[in-house]
Amino acid sequence: MAEENKGNPESLSRRKFIRNTGFTVGGLAVGGVLGSLLPRTREKDKNETPVKAENFNQALMYFTPEQFRITEAATERIFPKDELGPGAKAVGVAFYIDHQLAGDWGFNAREYMQAPFFKGEKVQGYQGRLKRRDIFDIGLREIQNHSMAVYKKDFTKLTDEEQDAILKDFEGDKVNLTTISPSGFFQMLRSATLEGTYSDPLYGGNKNMDGWKMRKYPGSQMAYTDIIDKDFKKINPQSLKSHMNH
Amino acid sequence: MARKLPKVDVVIIGVGWAGGIIASELTKKGLKVVGLERGKERKTEDYFMVHDELRYALRYEMMQDLSKETITFRSNEKFRALPMRQYGSFLIGDGLGGSGVHWNGQTFRFLPYDFQIRSQTIEKYGKNKIPAEMTIQDWGITYDELEPYYDTFEKMAGISGEENPLAGKRSSKYPTPPLKKTKAMELFTDSAKRMKLHPYVQPAANLSESYSNPDGISRAGCQYCGFCERFGCEYGAKADPVVTVIPVAQKTGNFEIRTHSNVRRILKTGKKATGVLYTDVTTGEEIEQPADIVVLTGFVFNNVRLLLLSNIGTPYNPNTGTGSVGKNYAYQVRKGNAVGFFDKKEFNNFAGAGALGMILDDYNGDNFDHSKLNFIHGGMIILGQTGQRPIQNNAVPKGTPTWGADFKKASLKYANSTLTVGGEGSSMAFRHHFLDLDPTYKDAYGDPLIRITFDFEDQDREMSKYLASKCADILKEMGADHVDYMQDLGPYDVSTYQSTHNTGGVIMGSDPSTSAVNSYLQMWDVDNLFVVGASAFPQNAGYNPTGTVGALSYRAAEGILKYHDKGGQVV
Repeated sequence: MAEENKGNPESLSRRKFIRNTGFTVGGLAVGGVLGSLLPRTREKDKNETPVKAENFNQALMYFTPEQFRITEAATERIFPKDELGPGAKAVGVAFYIDHQLAGDWGFNAREYMQAPFFKGEKVQGYQGRLKRRDIFDIGLREIQNHSMAVYKKDFTKLTDEEQDAILKDFEGDKVNLTTISPSGFFQMLRSATLEGTYSDPLYGGNKNMDGWKMRKYPGSQMAYTDIIDKDFKKINPQSLKSHMNH
Repeated sequence: MARKLPKVDVVIIGVGWAGGIIASELTKKGLKVVGLERGKERKTEDYFMVHDELRYALRYEMMQDLSKETITFRSNEKFRALPMRQYGSFLIGDGLGGSGVHWNGQTFRFLPYDFQIRSQTIEKYGKNKIPAEMTIQDWGITYDELEPYYDTFEKMAGISGEENPLAGKRSSKYPTPPLKKTKAMELFTDSAKRMKLHPYVQPAANLSESYSNPDGISRAGCQYCGFCERFGCEYGAKADPVVTVIPVAQKTGNFEIRTHSNVRRILKTGKKATGVLYTDVTTGEEIEQPADIVVLTGFVFNNVRLLLLSNIGTPYNPNTGTGSVGKNYAYQVRKGNAVGFFDKKEFNNFAGAGALGMILDDYNGDNFDHSKLNFIHGGMIILGQTGQRPIQNNAVPKGTPTWGADFKKASLKYANSTLTVGGEGSSMAFRHHFLDLDPTYKDAYGDPLIRITFDFEDQDREMSKYLASKCADILKEMGADHVDYMQDLGPYDVSTYQSTHNTGGVIMGSDPSTSAVNSYLQMWDVDNLFVVGASAFPQNAGYNPTGTVGALSYRAAEGILKYHDKGGQVV
């Protein structure tokens, strides 16, 4: 993280934050998070040379290689590379989605999945029995099927415009599916793309914090007391990892 | 057979704001109190990694696990209610401190009109102003009577704020000065003043400076980190029960908190509650905790559900209008908003605090003339700066695609150049909006889920349209290059987030035939049972509810002490 904070005077590390602001009431540090950091005095990152480490996180937990490629191609159309910066593929959105499907979210673990299942009104929300990982299995396969039906080609081999046309058919429920809602799947893919672009890099997306950089979002900062009442200011982003370096 | 524990003075069901406040007040007076909390323990140290939008805001880290219990919903009695399988419209808190931990800290007093809405509306506009199906009631308490309790709550929490020129009288100033004003807030203030409106800085439980409260609790000031709503505060700067009232109760030595304790029934013999039956969720063991006084301080849904499961009070019947438990479920009509896009201005939208913002009440309560309008009441108008986190804030002007190259360009262009001015609409009670037990769906223990029957009415549609157009006017005056605003409220949809301002079901009043609890939140039917929370609101105001929940909790604590001394109904 040494590199990350270089030339970034506004970005306060937690330790510096405590030192500089004297964040105390009646001489006592307030707040458990800060209190737990106080005894550690080591300044670790100064003399360390950053080593370019391999990203061991970029492997698959759930997807088959084909599912991964379709996801990568589809999400890139949702959030494409342009002159403003990288697209979904480069920031690792497909890895993010793969990792999410392998966990609680993919299993709908903290959601009510008890029977009986009935088709509800739109205002009653999702009423299916399928879990997100099942929906992705079906949705990705159907993207491929639809692509074959319309263009006789693998989705990943289509032109950008053709890929958009396939996705639009899903978005507008123009694909005839009985198992899942095509538009429901598309919206899930869209939300997951934004999540993978803008969540903390710890989840496998937002590589190099490029998602944040494109929109001048500073990520996780300790305090904005100095700038809150001032004009807009660009602050170099920090991720949660930066809090572990103390 | 449940294991029976020794009797205590008071057992509290749910340790959030209401439970925490009541525990602190009763234990100070020497009563022995047990607090049963079905979630886990929470403390400030837990929030080391709290600046994580995905985990907290989108994966609901602090919310109740819906796989174990949820609610069911239908728009009206003709439909089959179905479970809310995933979070949407509102977020039910879980764990020590309850929803009081993940709130934004927006702390209001309701208007004097709110408490006497039925009588004052009739007095001013005549009986016909209130539609036949609208079942609004006076609270059985006036603003002036509740004022001292608001004052106590605000001093305990250290609320930061400035006087609202259109509100009820205050006995003292806010304990801490208002939070800092951002550029967006200044722009709103200047524009609103030019329009002859009355903006003021939002009252906040995010401390503007270090503060020591009358209980001797010291907390530090807010750092404007932009992670409040759905998050816990890593500084303890946001008032929540865990950093204010709970430690006060614990310090007395009279308060025992049992987490992972899910209360399943309130036990009753004749007209007296005798204690509670709960399940230790870590072992599955059933335990009986006898008590002289039972205080039900769960969220709205649990308060109603536990009464119904325990056969306490008379269930509300929407066909006859009789009975009170489950009656007058109301919400917050939160969609009357406008979004302004600025082509040449950028704001520090990434920074903020949950309750940072400007408010005006010119269109709230009866602060404006309703003679020619097809609705009563209204709501506050707010420009909030809560910290716009990137996954959930990707507004683009209407007509822009929602994905692809054009979406990316527009969402990045406006990432720091979008301001929202919103109407926090009140929610009136209607005869067919109510809570009861679902006939089909069960929780993890086999008990019926609570069922919501609710939809928006003409009142809501007219009011939110009115508020949205006022919000748009302000944004235009602020110089927005493009303004989109709500045109049509649409039906109530449980799958999109609106607010966790659910109210009613165990409403207070002065008449036992039309209310469930008296003005001390004591059950009319069971003298030693108090039901505390927003469940007591006969309808909801055009403000966030927590300030009023806090005030009512202090009043209920006083009522409990009175009952402890003398017994019987305390009114």
